[in-house]
Amino acid sequence: MKLKKISTAFVLGGIVMGLSACQTNPSADSAKAIAAQAMDSKNVESKSHVSQSGVYSFMLNNGMKVLVKPDHRSPVAVSQVWYKVGGSYESAGVTGVSHALEHMMFKGTKKLKPGEFSEIIAANGGSENAFTGKDYTAYFQRISSDRLELCLRNEADRMRNLQLSEDEFKKEIEVIKEERRSRTDDNPSALTYERFNAAAFINSSYQQPIIGWMEDLDSMQLSDLSAWYKTWYAPNNATLVVAGDVDPQQVKTWAEKYFGVLKPSDITPPKPRREVAQMGERRITVKLPAKVPYLLMGYKVPVLKTRLKEQKDTTDIYALEVLAGVLDGGQSSRLSRRLVREKEIASSAGAGYDPYARQQTLFLFDGSPRAGHTVKELEMAIKEQIKNIQNTPPSAQELERVKAQVMASSVYEKDSVFYQAMQLGTLETVGVGWQKKDEYLKKIQQVTAQQVQAVAKQYLTDDSLTVAVLDPQPIDATKQRVDRAAGGRHGQ
Amino acid sequence: MASKKKLMNKKNLISKKTLNSKNIMNAKKIVLLVGFLFAGALSASPQIQHWQTQNGAQVYFVPSNDIPMVDVRIVFDAGSARDSAPLSAPDSTRDSARDSARKAGLSGTALMTNGLLAEGAAGDDAQILAEKFEAVGAAFGNGALKDMAWLNMRSLRDDKYLQPALINLKNILSFPAFNQASFKRELERLKITVKAGKQSPGTIASLRFFAELYGDHPYAQPSTGTEESLQQLTVKNLQAFYKKYYVGKNAVIAIVGQLSTDEAKKMAADLVAELPAGEHAKALPDVKALSEAKTIHIDFPSRQSTVLMGQPGLARGDADYYALYLANHAFGGSGFGSRLMHEVREKRGLAYSTYSYFSPMRAAGPFQIGLKTRNDQLQEAMKIIHLELEKYVSKGPNEDELGDSLKNITGGFPLRIDSNKKIAEYLSVIGFYKLPLDYLDTFVGHVNQQNKAKVDDALKRRIHPQKMLTVIVGAKSEK
Repeated sequence: MKLKKISTAFVLGGIVMGLSACQTNPSADSAKAIAAQAMDSKNVESKSHVSQSGVYSFMLNNGMKVLVKPDHRSPVAVSQVWYKVGGSYESAGVTGVSHALEHMMFKGTKKLKPGEFSEIIAANGGSENAFTGKDYTAYFQRISSDRLELCLRNEADRMRNLQLSEDEFKKEIEVIKEERRSRTDDNPSALTYERFNAAAFINSSYQQPIIGWMEDLDSMQLSDLSAWYKTWYAPNNATLVVAGDVDPQQVKTWAEKYFGVLKPSDITPPKPRREVAQMGERRITVKLPAKVPYLLMGYKVPVLKTRLKEQKDTTDIYALEVLAGVLDGGQSSRLSRRLVREKEIASSAGAGYDPYARQQTLFLFDGSPRAGHTVKELEMAIKEQIKNIQNTPPSAQELERVKAQVMASSVYEKDSVFYQAMQLGTLETVGVGWQKKDEYLKKIQQVTAQQVQAVAKQYLTDDSLTVAVLDPQPIDATKQRVDRAAGGRHGQ
Repeated sequence: MASKKKLMNKKNLISKKTLNSKNIMNAKKIVLLVGFLFAGALSASPQIQHWQTQNGAQVYFVPSNDIPMVDVRIVFDAGSARDSAPLSAPDSTRDSARDSARKAGLSGTALMTNGLLAEGAAGDDAQILAEKFEAVGAAFGNGALKDMAWLNMRSLRDDKYLQPALINLKNILSFPAFNQASFKRELERLKITVKAGKQSPGTIASLRFFAELYGDHPYAQPSTGTEESLQQLTVKNLQAFYKKYYVGKNAVIAIVGQLSTDEAKKMAADLVAELPAGEHAKALPDVKALSEAKTIHIDFPSRQSTVLMGQPGLARGDADYYALYLANHAFGGSGFGSRLMHEVREKRGLAYSTYSYFSPMRAAGPFQIGLKTRNDQLQEAMKIIHLELEKYVSKGPNEDELGDSLKNITGGFPLRIDSNKKIAEYLSVIGFYKLPLDYLDTFVGHVNQQNKAKVDDALKRRIHPQKMLTVIVGAKSEK
């Protein structure tokens, strides 16, 4: 039950958004792995690049990027195709269209019947799925490495040849609404988070739920999806990531054969929609049938991408990562120690920061009070912890613990090829470049206590704060809940 | 101690399919459905080494030299099946709370005992224990479900990290303080978890499903305890539970990592050296089959109705395991391509999630079918599931379905053991359920020996569509 968080501070978003770093200790790797890597590099042409962490990268003639991370421990491979499109690319009224299209990507092409791609993968012992985030949509297969080619062939097929059928859409949009009901509408903390997010951002598209508002799903048309597909699904808007027991040269050959022949599109990047200055605290209450109060707090913070774009120093980004670690990187961190164990105010309390997004995002806190304490007390206690770091830099030991965990994680993550591929795809698709992975550990190691204090002072200010409180209402089975504001007078 | 759940974690990513593990046969426990071990490019087929420590702990070890780290997982037969049961059946909870101590039982004991281990030990408080792991980058975890209670740790291999982490782990395991203040704090936190369960239709349905399915069997009780049972728990209960069940003969140790056999032997012996041999936990009572169909509808103001349907299914080592595993794969275990998914979702758009699985446990774990659908579609969706289940049990899978499932299970085998983490989990399952050492080597072979006749026969004998328990949580609809 006690899920120990190794760097949960660095893991946000239900997926491991984390990051890792270069191989710090090559001598620890088996001689065979190094030999295998040397062999791999000989085979690939000079125009591709091998990074210090063993990632091969090359660009196809049509502008599609390919990243290969060989890992020969097991005879398996993961293939992921990442598109630069997601919830934050959408306009008001069509929220959820990226995710809806993701569902429809399994419904057949000119060559394949609805569901046939999935059947092929299953018959070959593979598993497959897809996911949609704020800044990306990605499709993946995990499969025995000798079957990799058929993943690439069929993935390339649906990049350009999707057949969107009205009949399939009519059913699938209902499936998506069911998904929304179970994920969000019938889950009090998720619904609170959705409202919190909508309140926190004024003009940034990060205010939109990835799955889409129910109203928008109700009015969604197949034509919305086909327009979306036409706009974004092109090789020059995609990155292929392959990891596992593969030969980079072979992957390159297949990538050229299947993806390289696809025509590129003119891609117009989304409108900037940069968040305006907040100018003061924002606060909402969400009243729902529930049992346990829940608090969410978010401060506007920069991300790696926004810093790079403004050509500013990126120290703050890594300092924010370490700050999240000091507050919530493991059971010894401050929130667990002070709020849960010492003051006994919180039943749970967490903090998190995700530096890998396209736009300014939130440094998040969440938690529930213990019985006998209020959400207000919890909020004050979290603010007290923030104040403490603003007044006094974290201790050397705290900093060392955070760094030790990050260093260890950079070794542990090698146990999962999927995770490694995920990191590369995320970094590349949010626009910071996958190479930033190689810098991560070094950058974290360089962060000082004073820098952690400085970012806490600079960014965790009341004027950039949004607070949402789930205010539990009686669970009354006789009361039907309403989805929409009635006559514009009351909603929920 | 109630898992420090990061609720915000779940929201930034959504996916076409349910990513939870319900699509696989053994969702709630550790998944183990695998076949032979393979010969990797570097790792020769990892042979499982097995021995026992002086005080009777069973050790399972696979060396793995590619990554400079070590995984260790210590499992005890000390899950909530070992909690003191209430004296009366759960459907008499309407009675007044007068004799609540006896009525409520002591469910929650196993989870609290396990959770308290790292809250203070060998003179260190929770803070120091956590710091000792985290200062060397070690990742520690623990937990308890119905069968198992476990501690696990991942550490860097270098002795300057590994040795301090092992000492800390040994202290937590051997000298837990069980002090009153930590107990009270963690109990209060667990009460919040139990309370939060009452706002979740899925949790409400699952607790009721187990209560009804298992009646007076220990599996009926929730691992998290109930509001009533937690009221009765004392630190003495935890100490007694620890003394009885956290002993050598009741322990399985799984180790995977960059170690020689000698190093692993020394490590295992040392970890449990302070534990008395004690006794292995007693056999659990048999699970009674359901005698008739029963449907319970719990009114709840949710948009969807959550449905759980099922029967007692399989115990580990059951002779029908392979046949039913294969049968379930095609029916509702394989996600897309399964009958349930096809009929309910792909053909009719009635649900995002529908599945079935067997969860083989020490005693017969459940066979369960799950569905969530908009309240006004409940009857339609239920009708389809009933129809499909009856059809499937009477006629079995067709040859195509059977062939597809066989191909997926056998071809997908390497994916199930492609990380140290997964192998460590499998080792602990093999040890815990006393599965043969060649279990992994022979799994695919066993599945391949199945055919339509065997699958049809097992389905007919083991699944009884006319005697299903059904629990529905949702708003009743006029439709």
